[in-house]
Amino acid sequence: MNIVVCVKHVPDSTADWQFESDNTVDRVSVDGLLSELDEYAVEQALQVKEKQGDAAEVTVTALSVGPEKAADAVRKALQMGADKGVHVVDDAIAGSDAIATSLVLAKAIEKLGAESKVDLVVCGMASTDGGMSVVPAMLAERLALPQVTLASVIETQGAQVRIKRDGDVATEVIGATLPIVLSVTDQSGEARYPSFKGIMAAKKKPFDTLSLGDIGVDAGQVGLSVAYSAVEATEARPPRTAGEIVTDEDGSGAKALVDFLAGKKFI
Amino acid sequence: MTEILVLVDHLDGAVRKPAYELLTIARRLGTPSAVFIGGADKAAGAVESLKKYGAEKVYVVDDAQLKSYLVAPKAEALQQIAAQASPGAILITSSGEGKEIAGRLAIKLESGLITDAVDVQAGDGGPVTTQSVFAGSYTVQAKVTTGTPIITVKPNAAAPEEVAGAGAVEQFAATVSDAAKGAQIVASQPRQSTGRPELTEAAIVVSGGRGTGGDFSEVESLADALGGAVGASRAAVDSGWVPHSTQVGQTGKTVSPQLYIAAGISGAIQHRAGMQTSKTIVAINKDEEAPIFELVDFGVVGDLKAVLPAVTEQVTARKG
Ligand SMILES: Cc1cc2nc3c(=O)[nH]c(=O)nc-3n(C[C@H](O)[C@H](O)[C@H](O)COP(=O)(O)OP(=O)(O)OC[C@H]3O[C@@H](n4cnc5c(N)ncnc54)[C@H](O)[C@@H]3O)c2cc1C
Ligand SMILES: Nc1ncnc2c1ncn2[C@@H]1O[C@H](COP(=O)(O)O)[C@@H](O)[C@H]1O
Repeated sequence: MNIVVCVKHVPDSTADWQFESDNTVDRVSVDGLLSELDEYAVEQALQVKEKQGDAAEVTVTALSVGPEKAADAVRKALQMGADKGVHVVDDAIAGSDAIATSLVLAKAIEKLGAESKVDLVVCGMASTDGGMSVVPAMLAERLALPQVTLASVIETQGAQVRIKRDGDVATEVIGATLPIVLSVTDQSGEARYPSFKGIMAAKKKPFDTLSLGDIGVDAGQVGLSVAYSAVEATEARPPRTAGEIVTDEDGSGAKALVDFLAGKKFI
Repeated sequence: MTEILVLVDHLDGAVRKPAYELLTIARRLGTPSAVFIGGADKAAGAVESLKKYGAEKVYVVDDAQLKSYLVAPKAEALQQIAAQASPGAILITSSGEGKEIAGRLAIKLESGLITDAVDVQAGDGGPVTTQSVFAGSYTVQAKVTTGTPIITVKPNAAAPEEVAGAGAVEQFAATVSDAAKGAQIVASQPRQSTGRPELTEAAIVVSGGRGTGGDFSEVESLADALGGAVGASRAAVDSGWVPHSTQVGQTGKTVSPQLYIAAGISGAIQHRAGMQTSKTIVAINKDEEAPIFELVDFGVVGDLKAVLPAVTEQVTARKG
């Protein structure tokens, strides 16, 4: 069984984010890391593998599309326990939108599949940076696979997959047969930390660095210049002006708050 | 004028408020056409409601053949309607499902997609969207440059306007491929209604965090006294105190109410991402250093166990 887990390298969420002069996100001067939401995807991929037992030969491949630094995200996934890493890096990819990103991911997965069939693609629920939550659906469309998304519980039995998800209006159980694209939420269970052994072992694991040419994508199909949408203007939100803060003493806080709410006509 | 397709968000035929908001936005861009994918027996009622909010046309797609499948059949139906209507834009509610339909549709139509718009206006050469990004710290104006603009719009992006529309019904027989039927809903348990307003639609939200220590009754009482919805931080959800559907933040809901009250919530960046654009923000926290106080219009440094009940009592008294 072959599992591919898509991992994105993102700017640190606590850093000060900026836009470049071309209105793309500055991914160079900000420290980055493996998206925390993709750690859950790696965890679930590893759990699927572990449940299959040692007898079943299962390979988990961590795949990332992104600049040089994105190799770190792949490496982290290897340290957590993935077997193999693939990093697609090419100057032409810079500024790609979700449409182009999903194309590159799909072509890379097809290339992996040509070597041996890919049964399961696992994604996070969203990127913690641009976070559109659309890449898994786009990937499923491009690979002509069913998508089973936003899973909080995943169960596999042979080629059958069942997931539970907490929707807006209902809790649902979804069933599908492999191959599928799966996305998992941060409700799916804590992701493991790399152990010292894992960190050492990761150094010896296979790691492929691929260019667009290697996966059969034309440079003209990706990047900012062919993006299907364009950011026209960005504006920092004015910082909120500091409000009034009172310290509660014997009920004074409640009274002051109620007066404030009444003044604003909420009562 | 060109047709603007609006995918109708509904619950078993009962049209949800975001659909009216989309019709209102569609009117700015062209002629609103609603796409109702649902039970044939529920369509008549839905059409009546959609007409009141300006739907000139309603495509009715009977979902008997597709309702137990996930989003792929809906994306196919929309693709087929788009092929016939050549719309100026396609508007979809920014829910988990809405965004996935939009994602598949964008690939099918080779069209640009913008998600999570908080505003959409007509511009030269197509709709201009406003999005709130980086945990609400930036606003961005964007435009689709290729294909049919597909835009997912957050709830509350517009105030629904009642305008009579013709509501001409067109039964649309969508053909759904077998490939689209790969993922099936095998069981579904509807969420229990709390009787409170929908979190993303509420004008007032009262949220509790780890600081409640697990007792949400005071948070709920204040929400009820103010006629608001109950929200929560991830810490409260992860502890199993309240369902995930109440979570506000990056991996929960984004809310933008008139009033947001955070009780026992520290104000982590991921929580802010879901509430930063609220009009008025109030916090109650016993730690005066809590980052939530950087955002507030009014803050009380104090124990929520003392402050919340007192506020609820006085609010009820004033209203009474
Ligand atoms: C990828 C990712 C996604 C995330 N998504 C979300 C999300 O969607 N939503 C979300 O909320 N978080 C999210 N988080 C988690 C977030 O980082 C914080 O951990 C979380 O918001 C903390 O919740 P809290 O404020 O309730 O708890 P804490 O940070 O522990 O704060 C509790 C607060 O309560 C106060 N307090 C304690 N007792 C009392 C009392 N008696 N009276 C008054 N005040 C009291 C304390 O002073 C403290 O400030 C995410 C994290 C990651 C990494
Ligand atoms: N550049 C990328 N490289 C690898 N995986 C990605 C990339 N972009 C998105 N993904 C995957 O798609 C998921 C959703 O991303 P998004 O649609 O950008 O919110 C992420 O959690 C990842 O699993």
